[in-house]
Amino acid sequence: MNSTDAVRDLLYRMADDSLIIAHRNSEWTGIGPILEEDIAFSSIAQDKMGHAQALYEILHGLGEADPDTLAFTRDAAAFRCCHLVEYPIGDYSFSLIRNFLFNTAEHLRYSMLETSALDPLAKLSLKIRGEIKYHLFHSNTWIVQLGAKGNKESHDRMQSTLEEVYPLAFSIFEPSENEQELIDSGIFGGEHLLRERWIETVGKVLAEATLVPPSLDSIEPGYGGRKGHHTRYLQPMLDEMGEVFRIDPSAEW
Amino acid sequence: LKINSLDPRIDRAGLSAANPEFPLPEEGDQMETWEVFHIGVRGAHAVHVGSLHAPNAEVALLFAKEQYARRMKCVSLWVVRTSDISTIGGEEDSDIFETTTSKDYREARGYRVGGKITAFKRKNATSNE
Repeated sequence: MNSTDAVRDLLYRMADDSLIIAHRNSEWTGIGPILEEDIAFSSIAQDKMGHAQALYEILHGLGEADPDTLAFTRDAAAFRCCHLVEYPIGDYSFSLIRNFLFNTAEHLRYSMLETSALDPLAKLSLKIRGEIKYHLFHSNTWIVQLGAKGNKESHDRMQSTLEEVYPLAFSIFEPSENEQELIDSGIFGGEHLLRERWIETVGKVLAEATLVPPSLDSIEPGYGGRKGHHTRYLQPMLDEMGEVFRIDPSAEW
Repeated sequence: LKINSLDPRIDRAGLSAANPEFPLPEEGDQMETWEVFHIGVRGAHAVHVGSLHAPNAEVALLFAKEQYARRMKCVSLWVVRTSDISTIGGEEDSDIFETTTSKDYREARGYRVGGKITAFKRKNATSNE
């Protein structure tokens, strides 16, 4: 594999993660738990959709298809997203905790990429820093609010959902064959380093929220997403997401 | 009888149309209200833009950011618990602001100097040429 393949792989992972979690989060639009939270969560979903678009644009500049074609016409096997983002929205605690675990990884990843040797990616990381700061403010606030400042019911529900979702989050850090190449060329510090930072950062917020993550020894990461092997939930979601686009792919929106 | 919607998300929720058992509101269901103030540029006054429901100041700020700063330029937001705002006037006491007509001189509009300023500016502009 040459370096361009390694770069493409990294960009597809990031873009597909953003697109799929954006779509999942947007499934709450109009049916969120309270009006104000509905607006905030929908807005965050829209931001993430924007991040996906920006990453697909970078890929387009490297000779890949245009963003709409990449987003709406590929089958699941061509997607490089991790399993975490594919699962259905569940109850609100599932979506909140997934978003918290994802946002933290995303924030740390983009922080690492601010000094990336890949110029468009470094520029994008700086450009969206403020948006990601808000996403993190949102998820950290809810984790601490419902974990430590709510009541017994909110704490217990968050704790039991955390035990379900925390292991799924390790699918984010699936190693890649190209990784050493990205590290050596100064493009990205690698999934392993990201994972170490993520465990530490997530741990601090969970401690503040009086929530306890499962022990690391017990976790069997659900790998495969980065190679196109997905959960059974992804393809139906893609069918639904691209339904309107595929009626007339040449339509102007 | 299930609710049949064009929106697949509603279908997935499996809501029943026949028996919508909406729980009655209980004490504490309704969170308190907060007033939101928006500052558009550094140094400008905070302007009241609306209100929202939230359980505490931190969550109020979280909500205010997307509700009131999403579509306009903003450098800072304030939130204040509605019950912390003291007011004078309102429906019963609005007459407290009424004043006798002979006290116009106490209001800024009592001084009619606009014409003099315009004349001065015009004269000054001409003498500078």
